Amino acid sequence: MNQDTYVVIEHIRGQVADISYIMLAAGRELVKGLGGNVVAILLGHKAQPLAVNLAADKVLYLDHPALAEFTSDAYQNALAGLISTNPPRAVLFGSTTIGTDIASSLSIRLGLPLVSSCRSFTSDGKYLSQICGGKIMAEGTLPGTTALVTMIPGGYKPELGQSKQAPDVSQVDVPALEALRVTLTRYIEPEAGDVDISKESILVSVGRGIQTQDNIELAEELAKALGGTVCGSRPVIDQGWLATSRLVGKSGKHVKPKVYLALGISGAPEHVEGITDSDTIIAINMDPRAPIFDIAKFGAEIDLFDLIDPLIERVRESKGA
Amino acid sequence: MTTDITNARTFLDKVIETTPQGERLRLCLQCGNCSGICPFGYLMVYPPSRMIANLRADKFDNILGADSVWMCVSCYACTTACPSQIPLTAGLMAHIKEELLLAGNVPSELQSALEFSQRYGNPLGESPRKRSDWVIGLDPKVKLLGQVRGPVDVLWFVGDYPSYHPRVQLTTKALTRVLNSLGVDFGILGPEESSDGDSQRLAGEQGLFEMLAEKNGKAFSKYQFNKIITTDPHAYNAIKNEYPKLGISYPIQHYTEYLVERLDQLKPLLTHELKAKITYHDPCYLGRANGIFNEPRALIESIPGVEIVEMSHNHTNSLCCGGGGGGMWLDGFQWEKAHVRLSELRVREAVAISADILAVACPYETPRFEDATKTVESATQLKVKDIAELLVEAMGV
Amino acid sequence: MNIVVLVKLVPDLVEELTIDPSGTSLDMTWLRLIINEFDDHSIEQGLLLKERGGGQLTVVAPAVEGIDDVLYTAAAKGADRLIKIQGDFQGWVNNHALARASMEIIKDLQPDLILTGVQAHNDLDGALGPLLAECMQMPYIGYIAGVTLDGGKSKVKKEYPGGLIAEMEVALPAVLGIQAAEQPPRYVAVSKVRQAMKISTIEEKSTPELNSLGGPTVDRMFQPEAATRASMITGDVNEVAKKLVDIFKELGVL
Repeated sequence: MNQDTYVVIEHIRGQVADISYIMLAAGRELVKGLGGNVVAILLGHKAQPLAVNLAADKVLYLDHPALAEFTSDAYQNALAGLISTNPPRAVLFGSTTIGTDIASSLSIRLGLPLVSSCRSFTSDGKYLSQICGGKIMAEGTLPGTTALVTMIPGGYKPELGQSKQAPDVSQVDVPALEALRVTLTRYIEPEAGDVDISKESILVSVGRGIQTQDNIELAEELAKALGGTVCGSRPVIDQGWLATSRLVGKSGKHVKPKVYLALGISGAPEHVEGITDSDTIIAINMDPRAPIFDIAKFGAEIDLFDLIDPLIERVRESKGA
Repeated sequence: MTTDITNARTFLDKVIETTPQGERLRLCLQCGNCSGICPFGYLMVYPPSRMIANLRADKFDNILGADSVWMCVSCYACTTACPSQIPLTAGLMAHIKEELLLAGNVPSELQSALEFSQRYGNPLGESPRKRSDWVIGLDPKVKLLGQVRGPVDVLWFVGDYPSYHPRVQLTTKALTRVLNSLGVDFGILGPEESSDGDSQRLAGEQGLFEMLAEKNGKAFSKYQFNKIITTDPHAYNAIKNEYPKLGISYPIQHYTEYLVERLDQLKPLLTHELKAKITYHDPCYLGRANGIFNEPRALIESIPGVEIVEMSHNHTNSLCCGGGGGGMWLDGFQWEKAHVRLSELRVREAVAISADILAVACPYETPRFEDATKTVESATQLKVKDIAELLVEAMGV
Repeated sequence: MNIVVLVKLVPDLVEELTIDPSGTSLDMTWLRLIINEFDDHSIEQGLLLKERGGGQLTVVAPAVEGIDDVLYTAAAKGADRLIKIQGDFQGWVNNHALARASMEIIKDLQPDLILTGVQAHNDLDGALGPLLAECMQMPYIGYIAGVTLDGGKSKVKKEYPGGLIAEMEVALPAVLGIQAAEQPPRYVAVSKVRQAMKISTIEEKSTPELNSLGGPTVDRMFQPEAATRASMITGDVNEVAKKLVDIFKELGVL
């Protein structure tokens, strides 16, 4: 047994996912209250280079061809051995397509308690989870002597989990991974065609206020600068200025981005219905009584045409810096 | 896609059996009046007359395979125009939609509205417990029948959109003020009220309609009142013409009928002049479906300073706003096919006669026409107001 | 092909959520329960598989308020067997308990494939699917948006961020956590559900006492502060632009 916090690193096709860094930052917070070290658990095949910027006290690396890319059976078997041999105080998994495939299974298999949807930890080592569509928070002591935790983003910035100094990496033996019941056949890239805005994390949305088709280009520029995508409300799509796939609202898509920047959108119920799952809505509208301001977190009563160029410039500046 | 009906004969028999005057279907002359007057007839693969021709020729599957029946907004234009007086809207179109529904062929937007109606008692998906939240803060307080012991004179059946939609709530509050100024003793069901179910019925969900009607019937039976009034012509149509078939029978008036009866009392209160050219849009369910044309006009005329002007389509050939028969929840689907909205066509007519205000008397219309004024270039100055709102302006309250 | 769908009902977020007097749980008095959206997709996927390849579809669910309606609706859509699990499901029952309670009942059905929603919004101890899978010692893949059956195997499309899909193969019997069915859950007319109520039977099976070991304890449950109106950013265009960039940075967008 040890008092460490393990963080199961997620990587897809040679790229470490942001959630891994977020968990490392969370782990750093957790060990303040619990003591012990932050230990990154890296599973892969010839994947050692991925450890280079992990902000961990040390990295335990498990190498096996069957771990090259994630599959639930292989990862679960590899981790089961590692965790049961020398159980840590906590194991953090991403609340993702990777982490959730294995955390629950390990909970039953190893008889270890699991708390999910965790957003952050308090300084005295309590978990803080967010459930019910963000409407409810649950807080409590980490259960058991070894707790499994799945984490959602939002509590810590990924940068805090990145390190300029490469951590120590120790390679650990992997149990035989045979008779695996799950295999990866291939990856399928998303179509080069149109975006699925319901999966996008940054959306710049335009409404009637954008006034003409040419002005949509301004929105596209801003979206590009932010690394996001343009979408719109009904009138814009009806005019043919944006494809139907970009429609947000009752007759279109329900989106759940991190940021929804609404430009010149009044906030009619039919549109609002499509954006209530957004993390943060920012509304720009000249009309102080526009209903969008009742559901947005931030707003500005300003002409979007005056705002957009200075905003694009500043965004580019901050990215360039 | 499967259907319980195996052929056109059985379908025709079913329609004839279940629709009053249904046997008139056999009298179709194939004159094409219905298809011609239908606002979206030109877009339907099977407009009403063609549908009947195909049914007679036993070509039922073709009809089920086409989805253009969802363009029908149940506006009653075809029924009104038919020389054989065939109940086309409630008989033919509603039953075809029902067959499509039973086969699971329904546009997703409409699906949500129907599922919400079933679960929450309203097509908007709002919590039933919040149905009368619009009364919060109003003074004097609006009576909730569930809290009031004892009878009231009038039960005001508020309706879905008047209860929940922010724009239409303004109309609801306006009518509250008018009723209070007249000293009317009224109460509302509040959270005990469910959707009237009429649009859902005409969209093909007879089962859902019955479920909602039963719920409302149970709520009505708990309380004592002399009559029901309603803001919503669709609710008016349902409670007047359809609920009695289910054994739920109460005297009902649309609020315009009720107020016109009290014009002597109301007129002296209309002290503020409203200098405006007002054109009145006849809602399908007050006008064509129930023959109420004069009462709303009488109310508008009683406002000092107004000049009433008529649009080119008026009274029995009024142009539907596009909201009926499920149309309220088929905007995306209908837009894809038509690239024009009936509400926009109507707003153009109001603009063509230089109207200042487009007056309405149905809760679907206010949001639909207001949206249209924003997309029709020349219409930005046109105001859309429910008659209740105009009365309140004239009362200066 | 014997397909089982395990369904759970969750608090309907359309209604107000309140915390109970103990401060550690949701107040169940005013809660309305609705089918977990992802379980609805699981039923749809099950129906599609049955329609394509034949077989039997059984829907299993814990007996909570409103469950009969959910089961009859599934029957109206085409489910063959409906099973209600009797037990003490009042109050908050965690997924570890549900998984253990369903396990024996589902084992008896000898399923080739078990489908359940990839997650539910009230999960606090992990998702139900993978817990059940491990209880039954079956393999599990989650975030599934496409399933084909091929003899003793299933080929699935697993969703990754950014629209990437991983095609995976899993040996049957297996549990799949459904993210989205291949088409949205179909509509079923009220008259059909009413008909199902008359002709379908819901079997009741009991479960031994619930064992919720493995979940966390909650010291405090609360609602985050709800702002009613947007925090307005003031100033001229440059000041507003600057403040917006600061906000973007804080949110991790920049």
